[in-house]
Amino acid sequence: MNKTYDVAVIGGGPAGLAAAIKTADKGLKTVVIEAMNRLGGIPIQCIHTGFGLHYFKEDLTGPEFVYRFIDKVMDRDIDLLLETYVEEIINESMMSKKIKIISPKGSWIIESKTIIYAAGARERHRYEIGIPGFNVAGVYTAGEAQAMMDLYGIMPGKKILIIGSGDVGLIMARRFVLEGAEVVGVVEILGYPSGLTRNIVQCLQDFGIPLLLRHTVTEIKANNGRVSSAIISEVDESLNPTPGTEKEVKCDTIIIAAGLRPRTKLLKKMGVLIDPRTRGPIVNDYLESISVPGVFIAGNALVINDYVDYAVEQGETAAESVHEYIENKGVLSAEWRKVIPGSNILFVVPHYVSGRKDVVLYSRVSRPLENTYFQIGGIGKKIPLIKIMPSTMLRIVLRKTELSKYIGDIVVEAVEK
Amino acid sequence: MRVGIIGAGIVGLSIARWLSRYENIEVHVIDKNPDVGWGVTKANTSIIHPCHEEDPDKHPLRMRLCLEGHDLWYEWVRELDIPSRWPGEIIVAFNDEEIHVLKHYLSLAVRNKVPGVKLLDKEELLSIEPKINPSAIMGLYAPSAGSIDPIQAAIAIAENCADNNVYFHLGEKVIDVIIRDRRVVGVVTSEKVYDFDIVINAAGLYADEISRMAGINDYYIFPRRGQYILYDSTAEPKPEKIIHTTPTPKTKGVYVLKTTDDTLLIGPTAEDLPPDKKNELRTTREGINYLLRNAEKLLPRLPPRNLVIKTFAGLRPEPSTGSFIIRFHEDPWGFIDVAGIRSPGLTAAPAIGKYVVELIHKHIDLKPKNKWKRYRKGIVRIKDLGVEDRNKLITKNPSYGRIICQCRGVSEAEIIEAINRMKKIGVKEITLDGIKFRTHTMYGRCQGSFCRVLVSLIISRYVGIKPWEITFRGGNSFYGIGEVKSLFKEVIR
Repeated sequence: MNKTYDVAVIGGGPAGLAAAIKTADKGLKTVVIEAMNRLGGIPIQCIHTGFGLHYFKEDLTGPEFVYRFIDKVMDRDIDLLLETYVEEIINESMMSKKIKIISPKGSWIIESKTIIYAAGARERHRYEIGIPGFNVAGVYTAGEAQAMMDLYGIMPGKKILIIGSGDVGLIMARRFVLEGAEVVGVVEILGYPSGLTRNIVQCLQDFGIPLLLRHTVTEIKANNGRVSSAIISEVDESLNPTPGTEKEVKCDTIIIAAGLRPRTKLLKKMGVLIDPRTRGPIVNDYLESISVPGVFIAGNALVINDYVDYAVEQGETAAESVHEYIENKGVLSAEWRKVIPGSNILFVVPHYVSGRKDVVLYSRVSRPLENTYFQIGGIGKKIPLIKIMPSTMLRIVLRKTELSKYIGDIVVEAVEK
Repeated sequence: MRVGIIGAGIVGLSIARWLSRYENIEVHVIDKNPDVGWGVTKANTSIIHPCHEEDPDKHPLRMRLCLEGHDLWYEWVRELDIPSRWPGEIIVAFNDEEIHVLKHYLSLAVRNKVPGVKLLDKEELLSIEPKINPSAIMGLYAPSAGSIDPIQAAIAIAENCADNNVYFHLGEKVIDVIIRDRRVVGVVTSEKVYDFDIVINAAGLYADEISRMAGINDYYIFPRRGQYILYDSTAEPKPEKIIHTTPTPKTKGVYVLKTTDDTLLIGPTAEDLPPDKKNELRTTREGINYLLRNAEKLLPRLPPRNLVIKTFAGLRPEPSTGSFIIRFHEDPWGFIDVAGIRSPGLTAAPAIGKYVVELIHKHIDLKPKNKWKRYRKGIVRIKDLGVEDRNKLITKNPSYGRIICQCRGVSEAEIIEAINRMKKIGVKEITLDGIKFRTHTMYGRCQGSFCRVLVSLIISRYVGIKPWEITFRGGNSFYGIGEVKSLFKEVIR
């Protein structure tokens, strides 16, 4: 218990596991700290396919995908702490972090030179998105419903209304139909879906489930402690419900699929700065927090990804960064260049680049666009986009050679032709 | 002598605690809900009022009970290990008219002998509570105000009562009060018939219906809805002092306060509903907007909307007479009304209990017990302990180290302890809400989206029912409808 690790990976999901495999392969003393009694994270409850298309060039289910990483972790000299709750991370110095934990084996402090924080995301819930009405049984987030059904065999309900068109909600719409339930519709407040097009097609259209755009639920009604119906209204330009458009929809279950938020409580507490756009940490191209050296962030804790493949990629980037960090006793100083989200851009990660290496930019547009150029100012990189939705995360590789063409801030824009 | 108390809310339980001190009394508490404190008690502003807002001319009894109740709570939170804070409260004025109201309350404070109440000029106001909106011009500070966790208080009192041989009959609805020869002799519930010599009606919103069963029909209760917004513990600005807007004739104003749980509470609204709307526990867009508008006056800026962890509504039992209705009836003899316990009912509750015992004592000689248990301890929370104590506990019972709720750091052992304590006070149906109120799992940032299913598995294991048979709060509020594939099995059948 008293040894000092080179790296403590917090979170045993895809990003954390991919990171741990890589740090162990580089000979770093690695520990993975996981809250659940098993590795794998959320993909364990994702029994649908669509995992690994980029990383393995194969179409896998969540468990198939993540077990490829779990198996590799098991083969390596990596310490595992399961059922371990991280209470606090303390930044002692550049090369010393302390992690306060509680587990069935006891409560103690783990010491490590660096942290890879890959604790994933949480779901936005009913109260956060402001749906009034009765507080009754039958309202679940999509992820809770997924865990109920596909990990523990509990059927949440039989007549389902889904609020929000996030990917987990779309996937769950299909899951409900496949288990014999009726999905009465998916209600989305925006004028376009927030999930991937492939999920709109495969999970809604293929099953004849209506998608109600520019609608919101203005009230949840109840009978004897359970949801009995929902009032749905159209919304105006400023997303307020339009009086007179109310419709009552019978349902016994409401699923909230209003998107994910990076889990950042522990990061904030140790002084990691947060980007209000991603709601995740502000990082450099080593995926290191710009305010707390030696803390690297990957996966949905960094930015909400649409593909698990990207989470894995971020985990591996963080692992390489940790290796360099330990060799050099810190990230080498650089002429940090700011990455600035310009017109029509919701966010770009990372927020600073060193120019020392190739960098992967992850970005989303702020509204649906057609016939657009995604362009990176100064460098003169231009990528044509025929049609792009905010639901699709853009992944752009900037080569070191491209970065060296120009010195100054990097402005990322989506410009219509 | 057998006494039946109808209603296991803060009022009924406070009465039970006082009665549990006497050896010639056998106390029974009946409630239609599966657990204690689920009516008016569970959703209110949680304030222990200093009582400088009570007019001794209009409501002399209420003023007296409020003042005495405040001081009793100060003892009870220690005896019963109830979460509390005592930061004092400030009524904030933004114009001359409101200053006038402040001065009126200052004069009531003097008359009611509320200690330490004083006016604060702008500078003093902002130095005592820097998080108040700087557009405030004056405040009335009452240092003795506190806040408790009302449902934890109800649970604590119930556990203490059970230790002192009070009997609980939960999940039983009283459907009749039996009167014979102009004396009350018992009640009929949905389950059983009970013989009682005295029946105490502490049925909150439904007290008027119980009174009518005893032939008393001189008042009614109408619900006054209060909506609330609860923010995560990380929300800022979060004032240390309890602050509120200047009261109007109808309401004590909108409060902003840090709860005993370190979250930020804003509320309530005051919406009068017709007497038949006693189930209207719903929030509305208008209500929430009203609260945000008022809180915006008190704070320089509101925390972001994404830090809201819950919106909820409570109903206050407003008596048609305007005053607490507390009386020992001679006809039918032995029937006691404790009705219309509106604000400041939570504050007054322990004093109401004492007062009711005094009323009984006028009719019956009460003999104190030799051994009355004064103290009760709450559930040990692993997160509240130092490393050494944690490890002692985990070595003895590793499930104290198995954290189920990631938001609040609640262990499996605490959940199991909650189940055992529910059984001890006679809870027949172990509900998710019962676990939530006792352990604060499902209470944090994710509102149970991670841990609820794990909690349901623990209940399932310890109670021996399927996870989908567990309810949130009784009735039809089942967690699930059956096992996955059950819909197909239905079709095949």
